[in-house]
Amino acid sequence: MSVQEEPAKGQVKEQAEERPEQHVPRQVGLGPVGWLRWGWRTLTSMKTALILLFLLALASVPGSLVPQRGVDPDKVARLYEQSPTLAEWYDRFQLFEVFTSAWFAAIYLLLFMSLIGCIIPRTATYARELRRKPPAAPRRLDRLPHSASFEGDLDVEEAARRLRRLRFRVVTGDGWVSAEKGYLRETGNLFFHIALLGILLAVGFGSLFGYRGNVLVVEGDGFANTVAAYDRFIPGSQVSAESLEPFSFQLADFKVAYQVTGDKRGQALDYDAHLKVSESPGAPARDYDLKVNDPLEIDGTQTYLIGNGYAPVFKVTDGKGQVAFDGPVPCLIEAKATMTSGCVVKVPDAQPSQLGFLLRFLPTSVPLTDGTYASAFPGEVNPEVQVLGAFKGDLGLRSGRPQSVYELAPPEVLKKLTPIVMGKDVPKPLAVGQSVELPDGVGTLQFTGVKEWVTLQIAYDPGRVPALIAAGTAVVAIALSLLIRRRRVFVRIGEGGAVQVGGLTRTEGSAAGFAEEFADIVKALSAGEKHVR
Amino acid sequence: MSAEQLAQLSDLLVVAAVLLYVFAMVAFAIELAFGKGRADKPAVASSAAPEQAVAERAEARKPVAVAAGGTTAAAEAATPPDERASAAPSDDHAAVTPSGGGAAVAGSGATGSATRAAKVALALAWVGWAAHLTAIATRGLAVDRWPWGNMYEFVVAICFAAVTAFLGTQLRYNVRFLGAFVMVAAALGLGLAVKFFYTAAGPVVPALNSYWIAIHVTAAIISSGLFTMAGVSGVLYLVRGDGVSRLPSRADLERVAHRAIVLAFPLWTFAVIAGALWADRAWGRYWGWDPKEVWSFITWVAYAAYLHAKVTAGWRGRASTIVQLVAFACLMFNLIGVNVFISGLHSYADV
Ligand code: HEM
Repeated sequence: MSVQEEPAKGQVKEQAEERPEQHVPRQVGLGPVGWLRWGWRTLTSMKTALILLFLLALASVPGSLVPQRGVDPDKVARLYEQSPTLAEWYDRFQLFEVFTSAWFAAIYLLLFMSLIGCIIPRTATYARELRRKPPAAPRRLDRLPHSASFEGDLDVEEAARRLRRLRFRVVTGDGWVSAEKGYLRETGNLFFHIALLGILLAVGFGSLFGYRGNVLVVEGDGFANTVAAYDRFIPGSQVSAESLEPFSFQLADFKVAYQVTGDKRGQALDYDAHLKVSESPGAPARDYDLKVNDPLEIDGTQTYLIGNGYAPVFKVTDGKGQVAFDGPVPCLIEAKATMTSGCVVKVPDAQPSQLGFLLRFLPTSVPLTDGTYASAFPGEVNPEVQVLGAFKGDLGLRSGRPQSVYELAPPEVLKKLTPIVMGKDVPKPLAVGQSVELPDGVGTLQFTGVKEWVTLQIAYDPGRVPALIAAGTAVVAIALSLLIRRRRVFVRIGEGGAVQVGGLTRTEGSAAGFAEEFADIVKALSAGEKHVR
Repeated sequence: MSAEQLAQLSDLLVVAAVLLYVFAMVAFAIELAFGKGRADKPAVASSAAPEQAVAERAEARKPVAVAAGGTTAAAEAATPPDERASAAPSDDHAAVTPSGGGAAVAGSGATGSATRAAKVALALAWVGWAAHLTAIATRGLAVDRWPWGNMYEFVVAICFAAVTAFLGTQLRYNVRFLGAFVMVAAALGLGLAVKFFYTAAGPVVPALNSYWIAIHVTAAIISSGLFTMAGVSGVLYLVRGDGVSRLPSRADLERVAHRAIVLAFPLWTFAVIAGALWADRAWGRYWGWDPKEVWSFITWVAYAAYLHAKVTAGWRGRASTIVQLVAFACLMFNLIGVNVFISGLHSYADV
């Protein structure tokens, strides 16, 4: 690109001052400033930009092939279990977080430095170009790619006026008019590249000052937007706990509509989480139907519905006849199509010994011919619970080690538990209201009802609106840059009213259609001729 | 008509479109086979390098050079040197001949059978196009939503966009030489959709139930169709030697490709950004490096690289055509490969 060949003025002067022996042949060496200049020039050359673009595309590829921590942390964990050595190597090269890795950053920072080095001189050139007049008309217009001639009483002033009305920039001379338009092309190109910079800044700003978090809420329960209330909270480095928008809500009801007939039987058609929302502590609650594609927004903080499942309600009476547990238990979905879910109930308060249960929830339970049971439909038509196992013994909950709520106990603790119901002892599935008596009088498990849970994502990203503005600018600007052509039209007026018009476009690739436009321009110029005849 | 009948009609029409495209392809191929061979230059008969041809034609229009030369240094600086070199000859005269001329392939002395084949081919292609359009419309009526909610519907729509891009261009410029190849691509694409991706008409998951599907997916489909036309031209560019060939000159092929990409790139940019807006509504973030997002980004960067290559000294012609085809490969991988090989949030991709 030729702009780069034109060195920045300040740089030249500086160099001349430091090295008075400027005229000495180059072989002597470039010197530090010379090297800097060379480096900058290389970085901002079109070829480097091209190579950096390739590198950026290439560097993104592993981001889609290797599981990413930010996208699918479970998959990363699984890879660590399956092939630890490979996982370690991946980790060493930051392949689990490609898009925040040092090497990815190196590429895009270089690219954006190159971009800045490209934008600055181009802006200067562009500013000069804006004030420049179109060149004088050539002598022989019939040799231009487009030309036409007609007879008329057009004079230079009138031709200039008509071209101006077509929004041409016009200069006139002795018997000629020269006009140019399509300057928006360069404007578009500059704005496009500047907008790219804007997107980068907006994304960066958003990741510093924004946060996101996930929370699971069971029907009837509530959520207040504080760091402690989240199951997973990922703040930007500049987010303080006090800055969270202080809203709260209660999940009053959750409904899913399913397709009941045809090939797509069981496919979800609509999710609806009915919330009672308080925008600030003490504010009156209002109703809100949270749906997919329709987040709840409170002052820039968005709440999204991203998942759902079942939370059957259990009541456990212990060996001493006391209620040791009573409440909903969110279950993990095992089969999405039928919403067959696995549940874990831990009862550390049971006496004389703690109790633990592994259960399976079947929303539409049907008996199979082999005597087992399965769910036939994801909706709650005939909800039943299978007891897969019951254990007694210390669940290790008081050891202080964090435990997953979806796992009865870590393997080393599980080994020490005593199974009380296993394998062939497994009773028939329980319908709502039914209970199972545990052997040896250690207690009773009752299945008392079904609730549902939702997972919500709550996100605050102050960069999203700036990013949208920059992205919108980029789209408009790139369209201008690629679709507008620079074109020139010349008019020469000879003796006796002979008018010659010539035109050309200065842009490759977008010359299509100029023939039509040229014909229209000629028509507009000669519009007066009918009256003369 | 009931929804089921409409769905059946749609399936039948897709098959009809495949057949019509195959017949059209044969007719286009006959035209190519009986047409006259051409040197790798639109006008000049010698086998000189394209640069020389460019220079020759610039010579023929000397006043243009004078006009450009009359500009100030600032204007020169604003125009990359390569662009300046080509500014004059790249005007429409040197571009693909207008449709009315109709001589780009067949040549003025072409046999009558080639001309007849050309007419038949275009007629078949248009009828196939109409069947294809009706197939999409009836599918949309049958399911009562925008008919691109799964892989099958999406691929069918992209093939339609590619054929539309070709036929639409053909209305103004003679690009019949692309016909056989666009028809092959469309017939193969439809065949692939019917054979591997077929999904019975039905509702979509709630995440896809949004007006964004109309905006985002439509833009993606149209730009993919245009990119496909550019890709076909790019392949022909590489296949065609620089000697005599029945195919049009490399300069013409390059121009067709460039024009299609210049239209498609802003649309693709828009499609990606509209996708980000939808993701912001549906998933709680506008960009999260989901595999589909990653590959859209790669595709976008690759086409940006092509546009840069077009104005970089030493990268024009063959090199930039290769860049274009790499970008096209990324696009295709994103449309099909990502759905088949990589799992992500894009739920329509279930095959
Ligand atoms: C962030 C990465 C970049 C992207 C995505 C990008 C994208 C684009 C696109 C799509 C165009 C086509 C517009 C047109 O042809 O008018 C373009 C043109 C251009 N870009 Fe970039 N660009 C990037 C970085 C750069 C850098 C680093 C430079 C400078 C070294 C640069 C210099 C140019 C120039 C000079 C043109 C004008 C070409 C012409 O006149 O047709 N770009 N860019």
